[in-house]
Amino acid sequence: MTDTTEKAAAPPAPGPAVPGPAPAPRTARLWRGATPWLFLLAPLTLLIVFTYAPIANMVAYSFTDWDGVSPELHYTGAGNYTELFTRSDLFEVFWVSGYYLAASVVQIVAALYFATVLSFNVRFRNFFKGVLFFPYLINGVAIGFVFLYFFQDGGTLDSVLSLFGVHTDRAWLGTPASANTSLAAVSVWRYLGLNFVLFLGAIQSIPGELYEAAELDGANRRHQFRHIIAPGIKPVLSLTVILSISGSLSVFEIPYIMTGGATGTETFVIQTVKLAFQFNKTGLASAAAVVLLLIVLAVTWVQRRLVPDDKVDLV
Amino acid sequence: MTRRTVARTLMYASLIAATVVVLLPPAAVVLTSLKSEREMANGSGALALPDDLLNLSNYATAFQDGRMLPAFANTAVILLLAIGGTVLIGSMTAYAIDRFTFRFKKPVVALFLVAALVPGVTTQVATFQIVNSLGMFDSIWAPVVLYMGTDIVSIYIFLQFVRSIPVSLDEAARLDGANAFTIYRRIIFPLLKPAIATVVIVKGITTYNDFYIPFLYMPSEDLGVISTSLFRFKGPFGAHWETISAGAVLVILPTLIVFLFLQRFIYNGFTKGATR
Repeated sequence: MTDTTEKAAAPPAPGPAVPGPAPAPRTARLWRGATPWLFLLAPLTLLIVFTYAPIANMVAYSFTDWDGVSPELHYTGAGNYTELFTRSDLFEVFWVSGYYLAASVVQIVAALYFATVLSFNVRFRNFFKGVLFFPYLINGVAIGFVFLYFFQDGGTLDSVLSLFGVHTDRAWLGTPASANTSLAAVSVWRYLGLNFVLFLGAIQSIPGELYEAAELDGANRRHQFRHIIAPGIKPVLSLTVILSISGSLSVFEIPYIMTGGATGTETFVIQTVKLAFQFNKTGLASAAAVVLLLIVLAVTWVQRRLVPDDKVDLV
Repeated sequence: MTRRTVARTLMYASLIAATVVVLLPPAAVVLTSLKSEREMANGSGALALPDDLLNLSNYATAFQDGRMLPAFANTAVILLLAIGGTVLIGSMTAYAIDRFTFRFKKPVVALFLVAALVPGVTTQVATFQIVNSLGMFDSIWAPVVLYMGTDIVSIYIFLQFVRSIPVSLDEAARLDGANAFTIYRRIIFPLLKPAIATVVIVKGITTYNDFYIPFLYMPSEDLGVISTSLFRFKGPFGAHWETISAGAVLVILPTLIVFLFLQRFIYNGFTKGATR
């Protein structure tokens, strides 16, 4: 966007001098030109040192066999990338993301349902709102322990099932399929509240007259949802979709805390952390991280193309 | 029954079901935390009530052996520094970007925007090397600078607010002889209070709950924060679920209290924070 408004403290613009309060002397003008940079000094330094420098280094490491410690490193070309894509055990972690992707579909649908329901007049509305959102605020390690106990043999889930006369001998975290499903369910439990609150905010920002007008025209709840709510929350919905995809690819906490990545629950980030910090394969880990980063950027790019919604830019 | 009553009944049923699903797992943990070792050994189910509802001995064990006090202290220090830094940095960036026109403004803005797209977990392998070479590894400075340095969301929240402050205020102050720093300090910063509240809440909660960064960057036990201390706590207590449960409840409790008091602000904060 172009700056159409003349902002205060505009530095001397090129071309005709801006008519302003008393022409400033040269040093004062220099000082003024430097002012925004003085404000940006700390933020930009942090941004470059802790975001861009790592990205650049990571790309560089990804073409080497560096172990993260020794002063020696050798350029290996695309070797790490070929290893990543040809060794099936390394690539397997991507399938685990599938469980979390499926879980995010469930999560988005449920969040949408509850947000719609609770945006109308419902008894104990604030209580239900609070209950649904609260898990999002809980410490990840605590959640991990709560659910380790939940899925344990003779733990919460088994106790509940036995109330209904179902006695399972299942180790919920015992086989890859059931463990991943359980873990993905935990992530629905944890993150549903965030999506819910985002949707709720978007629905409530839709002016109330729209519903009234629709009701006069004889629209029922389902019509209202399709023609008023759905278009009204489209931007938030598309944001949620990207967050879910990049979230599903970068799952770390819950599986790391609960299973440590055992029984086929290792995710991409767990694998990368292990490669880098346990097996000292910084080069290979970097290549993996570059691949993940590229996937996330690609997803975001596709979403921006599909849903051109440019209320998002900073200026 | 009319169709409408059926629909309403189903709706309430779904809400109650959701409530049970959300509350049951932590409730079972609370119950377990009140049981004695003997009760646990007798194999009463997870949902059985404890014999003594006021048995807090597990909490005492968790608090002492889990080194919770230093963990809370470390967390508090990190919270204070990281939030303070984020507020300062975010508001300065927003002020500079919104109130000045300068060369390279567009590329600078683009740098901040693109950074928002990069998920933090992907770059840690390389960030680690940088933090290490700056000598910040295994000190509280590592999480502090990392939390401060990469928070695009708070910059965005501040930007929204700075934009809503009329430029005429700046101009009036300038005519009175105020320079840019005085304007920032005396006019912009105080008017940003609602934004600061939002950032403090959102940042506070995410920092309190973060596990990844303290786990990677502060391995020594003295530097345990809430998350890492709780994580390490599981080791020595193995299958002593009554003690582990007490530890988990201790960690959740402050969040619950803050949530109950600040509910409305927390919802708003997250809506503003995430829907960039």
